Amino acid sequence: MTPGTLLSARGLSLSFGSIPALDGVDLDLWPGEALAIVGESGSGKTTLLNTLFGAQRPDAGIVRYRDPAGHVHDVHAMKRPMLRALHRSDWGFIYQEPRQALRMPVSAGGNVGERLMAQGTASAGALHYGRIRAAAIEWLREVEIDPARIDDLPRTFSGGMLQRLQIARTLVTHPRLVFMDEPTGGLDVSVQARLLDLIRTLIARFAIAVVLVTHDVAVARLLADRILVMQAGRVVETGLTDQVLDDPHEPYTQLLVSSVLQA
Amino acid sequence: MRGAASGEVMLAVRGLGKSFTLHLQGGLRIPVLAGVGLELRAGECVMLAGPSGVGKSTLVRSLYGNYRAEEGEILVRHDGAWVDLASADPRTVLDVRRRTLGYVSQFLRVVPRVPTLEIVAEALALRGTAAEEARERARALLLRLNIPARLHLLPPATFSGGERQRVNLARGFAGDHPILLLDEPTASLDAENCAVVIDLVREAKARGAAILGIIHDEDARAAIADRLFPLTPLQDAA
Repeated sequence: MTPGTLLSARGLSLSFGSIPALDGVDLDLWPGEALAIVGESGSGKTTLLNTLFGAQRPDAGIVRYRDPAGHVHDVHAMKRPMLRALHRSDWGFIYQEPRQALRMPVSAGGNVGERLMAQGTASAGALHYGRIRAAAIEWLREVEIDPARIDDLPRTFSGGMLQRLQIARTLVTHPRLVFMDEPTGGLDVSVQARLLDLIRTLIARFAIAVVLVTHDVAVARLLADRILVMQAGRVVETGLTDQVLDDPHEPYTQLLVSSVLQA
Repeated sequence: MRGAASGEVMLAVRGLGKSFTLHLQGGLRIPVLAGVGLELRAGECVMLAGPSGVGKSTLVRSLYGNYRAEEGEILVRHDGAWVDLASADPRTVLDVRRRTLGYVSQFLRVVPRVPTLEIVAEALALRGTAAEEARERARALLLRLNIPARLHLLPPATFSGGERQRVNLARGFAGDHPILLLDEPTASLDAENCAVVIDLVREAKARGAAILGIIHDEDARAAIADRLFPLTPLQDAA
């Protein structure tokens, strides 16, 4: 594993039938770094994200992860309970559709507290409950949801609030690495701006490493230090975000950048 | 500022070459820079000269690592050692930008909700200034650039073009970087604000910053430049 990295992938390949979704993808991620994966639909970016996360097994290649104690794990060789524990502690996943992550019959506070409860970090009894509730209130505030809404069901929330609730639910365990799949997709432009700003602030303040999938190069520019451009399952170009977007070398990247509508 | 004796070479460019290949225009290749060499010393201000289209902006952007150099070296004195920005990995480039190499331009990429004061203070915080001191200095710099206090807590999204430009100038100068690249910092500024920028450049020089860039306004250029670096059109660029 590359020294100092949090996540390192080598030679990831995966085909769905005759269609190559990933074709020899290498990737390194350092602590606190935000990496955007861009490309059009079908380029393999979400497949790559799911493969890095351990939710999708590659045909070939390896994903290595360094835990907080410095031990290196092969993500796809981890036992299921261990991978599940990782997914709700040191890692998080923000879906485009918050309902995929949230438990809709459970209150907002319950949703935020769930990962803490699953971790079993707090001690038993009233203290346990009190601490979790306090953490839930703190995190509702962090994502700008009125703590008075703590006992409300998510179905009473707007789309933007649901997305912020998902973020609170994910970050409450202070993960070092968060995967995001089009986190602002499908939201109104004004709601999107607020959410981008919130994500940008939180990942900087808590030094969270991010792997972000987006089709929107403006989102990548705002959030990511580095960018990786995918086409037909391959990484065609990678580098500093502003370099790749302002001085794109590859034909596909030039097309992607020139296709952006100027506001 | 840390470590740089006056007159010490801070930036050395050797054999720098840059062209653009436009794949959407049938692979048209446009050579812009070839064999560019220059040295920039602490406390010195060098302004690029040459006709429009000669590659001044391309050179400044290449030196910042925003454009990727194809040939040559861009050696930056960073923490007392030389780093070649033309070959450095992305994380090193970011660290050099954070602590050594500042970029002052008029072009502000607005993050929708971040207040003006924080935008400027962040540049200081990134170089290790404590939060309260960073805000204090940011406030003073904004006032000097005639951004009134009532605007400091608002995001610049709703500001006029000129106000936004001055916010970005404040951000660029706030970091007190040992090397500053100027990209048309006075373009479309009124005379009063132009004079403030000239003062800021002089102060940066006085504290030992090495400054290189582009200023079109001839009076402003004469007021700050120790020497000009002429760029000549490439023979094959026609």
